[in-house]
Amino acid sequence: MYKSWWKIASIILLLYTFTAGFLLEVPRLPPLQETIRNLYFHVCMWFAMMILFTISVVNAVRYLRTFNQKYDIYARQYAVMAIVLGLLGYITGAIWASYTWADPNKPVMNSFSSIARDPKLIGAAIALLVYFAYLILRDSIQDMDKKARISAVYNIFAYAILFPAIWILPRILPSLHPGNDGNPALDVKNDISGNMRMVFYPAVIGWTLLAVWITTLKIRLSLLKEKKMMS
Amino acid sequence: MDNHIKNTVEFIERKKDDVMMKLKKLLLLCCLLTVSVLGMAQENKVEMADTMRSNGRIYVVVAVVVTILLGLILYVARLDRKITRLEKENK
Repeated sequence: MYKSWWKIASIILLLYTFTAGFLLEVPRLPPLQETIRNLYFHVCMWFAMMILFTISVVNAVRYLRTFNQKYDIYARQYAVMAIVLGLLGYITGAIWASYTWADPNKPVMNSFSSIARDPKLIGAAIALLVYFAYLILRDSIQDMDKKARISAVYNIFAYAILFPAIWILPRILPSLHPGNDGNPALDVKNDISGNMRMVFYPAVIGWTLLAVWITTLKIRLSLLKEKKMMS
Repeated sequence: MDNHIKNTVEFIERKKDDVMMKLKKLLLLCCLLTVSVLGMAQENKVEMADTMRSNGRIYVVVAVVVTILLGLILYVARLDRKITRLEKENK
């Protein structure tokens, strides 16, 4: 195990998130109640996803500049981990929404159609589907160099649609998701208090570092595989 | 004379009664007001996990979650060590 300060930092930050996240005082908002603590988990998944997609596209550009196979592996593994985080964010969001957005007088499934129509959900689904297509495109090309080059170019296009799909489009349309209609989701006065930020920002860093750690493991494994194939 | 005295006593008693009635009415009003204020306070109060925290049970949840997190981190760390060993063998 490569002992690095950032792996230890990740563990410490996550332990802090899991203890302070449950025990610290949070604002009492009627529809959310204690579920406001999901901010430390659900929202962090999306933040970590965006950071990992950014690392992925940077590596795609580096591949196109150098044509070093190593950067292609980096780009792919970071994209895969980011997709995993995105799926986790989607699932946790679905659970959260079904208890806070749904009409409490009706069974959850009856409000499903109105929830599923929310532009934030559709935007996130588009972004994830674009990245699913990235994986399919990669694995459908046999030639190593062609695969790496085409998928690097596609990665840049996918990154270009990511932020419009998850940030800009949902903000133009009316949505139930916080952070719409011109109000930022991290507004101290209306949404989260100052001491929630004290947990939220460390949580984002902690989750991101954990995701990077897992990704480096996958990168090292695929580099090993590559080496075995060459020899 | 006698009549006059009797009358004053009666008058005083009636006055006393009047004050008592007023006091009772005031007390009732106060009671109703406090009840309504309490009721309003109850409506504004958001249900939180107060009972759980007062019993100290939220710490149980924290312990469970932290255990799971530590288990997962241990797993990742062991994987990390295994891959490092593989890398050394392949050098």
